[in-house]
Amino acid sequence: MSMDYFQYLRKERMPHIWCPGCGHGTIMKSILRALDKLKWAKDDVVVVSGIGCSSRTPGYLDFNTLHTTHGRALSFAQGVKVANPNLKVIVISGDGDAMAIGGNHFIHACRRNMDITLIVFNNNIYGMTGGQASPTTFTGSKGTTAPYGAIEQPFDVCNMAQASGATYVARALDIDAVAMDRVILSALQNKGFSVVDAWSQCTTYFGRQNKWGDASEMMDRYKEMTYNVRLAEKMSPEEKAGKYPVGMLFQTSRPEWCEEYGKLIERVSK
Amino acid sequence: MSAEATEKKAPVIKFLAGNEACMEGALAAGCRFFAGYPISPSSEIAEKMSGRLPKLGGKFIQMEDEIASMGAIIGASLAGAKSMTATSGPGFSLMQENIGYAMMAEVPCVVVNVMRGGPSTGNPTGPSQSDVMQCRWGTHGDHPAIVLSPNSIREAFDTTVQCFNFAEQFRTCVVLAMDEIVAHMREKIVIPAKEDIKIVNRKKPNLKPGDPYKPYEADASLIPPMMNFGEGFRYHVTGLDHDATGFPSGAPDNQEILHRRLVDKVEMHKDELFLFENHRTEDAEVLVVAYGSTSRSAKRAVEEARAQGIKAGLFRPITLFPIPEKQIALAASHAKKVVVPEMNLGQYRLEVERILGPAVPVVGVHRVNGEPIAPSLILSAIVGG
Ligand SMILES: Cc1ncc(C[n+]2csc(CCOP(=O)(O)OP(=O)(O)O)c2C)c(N)n1
Ligand code: SF4
Repeated sequence: MSMDYFQYLRKERMPHIWCPGCGHGTIMKSILRALDKLKWAKDDVVVVSGIGCSSRTPGYLDFNTLHTTHGRALSFAQGVKVANPNLKVIVISGDGDAMAIGGNHFIHACRRNMDITLIVFNNNIYGMTGGQASPTTFTGSKGTTAPYGAIEQPFDVCNMAQASGATYVARALDIDAVAMDRVILSALQNKGFSVVDAWSQCTTYFGRQNKWGDASEMMDRYKEMTYNVRLAEKMSPEEKAGKYPVGMLFQTSRPEWCEEYGKLIERVSK
Repeated sequence: MSAEATEKKAPVIKFLAGNEACMEGALAAGCRFFAGYPISPSSEIAEKMSGRLPKLGGKFIQMEDEIASMGAIIGASLAGAKSMTATSGPGFSLMQENIGYAMMAEVPCVVVNVMRGGPSTGNPTGPSQSDVMQCRWGTHGDHPAIVLSPNSIREAFDTTVQCFNFAEQFRTCVVLAMDEIVAHMREKIVIPAKEDIKIVNRKKPNLKPGDPYKPYEADASLIPPMMNFGEGFRYHVTGLDHDATGFPSGAPDNQEILHRRLVDKVEMHKDELFLFENHRTEDAEVLVVAYGSTSRSAKRAVEEARAQGIKAGLFRPITLFPIPEKQIALAASHAKKVVVPEMNLGQYRLEVERILGPAVPVVGVHRVNGEPIAPSLILSAIVGG
């Protein structure tokens, strides 16, 4: 894996803003490894994000990059894609960005099935604003707005994506780079709307408030909270209870928005 | 609607509503992307666009809300399409954050706001002019504003073309503030031949492949030339304070330069932006300042006042913002009284008062009952002491 990351990075934008131990950089590298395999022309790639620590990623990447408003990345991204379907559009979003303020855009983007890949850097907390609870904060976990532990049930990003119509859905942990690379690559290759629930650790806010320890201890926790979907059949319901499957969870094929609209144009513009 | 009116070599005569004329104007201006969400009294624009755009190879998408519509048109514009959305009060409120983004990131786009009564759901089908100040100041922070307001069907067409031209020229979000009466009334309209419509496209930088591109580096015009995504010059766009490279910069000097430039690029060229009409203002002792459908009642009132021997005149700003201040002052140079009728509680009147100062009394005629302002109401303000 000795690839040259710097061919895809804006060196002059370093150092990045992320805290030591933050998982966001690890996922960014997985995205770059996937793109390196695909060999898409850099001029054809557009990386769109919302607002948050995770959403700062595009600023470091040497593509066409669009850092939008909080929660709205998918709406900008769909505008880009529809206007020029030849562009390869990737969206990076935090769990707050994608699932709270952007939740409505999320479900509708899944429903439309445009050829866009959304990677949710999911750290179960609002990092940038200082550790408030997010829609994926686990019940009982603490945030600065849930000092006694969250009483709400979290969203399962993948279940939401599948139920809403995404055509490729996967989950991976930043600790498992091989699995992360694999699902991001497949997501990018899927001709339709793909969602990757990429787990990341916010050491500074989630880790400290919940006394989960440093980055490696947090990653171990995430491992304990998940199981490989390929082993699911061999596991008992008790073993799976309360745990999240990781790996490719769902894939299907159905008409892609821009292709359908292209057909419509042909049909009516005669 | 059959053949392409906008592609026609000769003028075409039609009988259209304002919303339809607005759509024809947008297509004539080169709009090829529309994102929207249904809301009265603007929905016809989206409906007609959904039928017409694909015939021209353009794209229409109905979004899940107005926030998304606004985001989508910004994205589409960055990818090179002239883009627009249309909405009304509640939807316009939802768009404000992304409107500010378009201004900050200097992405050309057009927003049509067909004004209905507010606040809140207000009067969905009644006319109003109560968003005038929201059109100017709706999004947060200091920002430029270009807002046009037509009073006829032909003008709905022309001002929509202008909105696109201004958006492209100034790299900003331009607002067309139509009131419900103009949007829904029908009139005969002569759609000009294609070659008679002036079209402005975004200025491109003069670059060879491989040249460095600073997306926010402006020349003396203060308006940076613009590359679209996918044209071979990768760059970064953000709503954060940024420098000429487009990357975030919190340096106080950079912030000051950016914010002043964003406002000054419009301020500096404002004479090119002023569209207005003077009607019998040369010797007007009573000046009426009115815009949109209200100006039509005002013109009638001016004629009736003249018939009674009163030297009345009408100044009609078509460009509401930037405000044609000098032109208003000039029209008022003989005025002993100024009357400002508006379907709101005096939003533009306050501007007129500010421009003319205490020397001239300014009288408002305001209606917020969902009814147009009748000429007789304006006439009594002209005649009255
Ligand atoms: C409209 C709006 N509301 C709130 C904010 C403040 N804000 C900035 S980032 C953020 C949350 C970021 O959390 P997440 O999306 O989970 O990303 P992370 O920082 O954890 O990577 C919030 C609430 C904002 N910028 N805009
Ligand atoms: S605050 Fe959390 S999410 Fe943000 S950079 Fe630090 S560790 Fe990462």
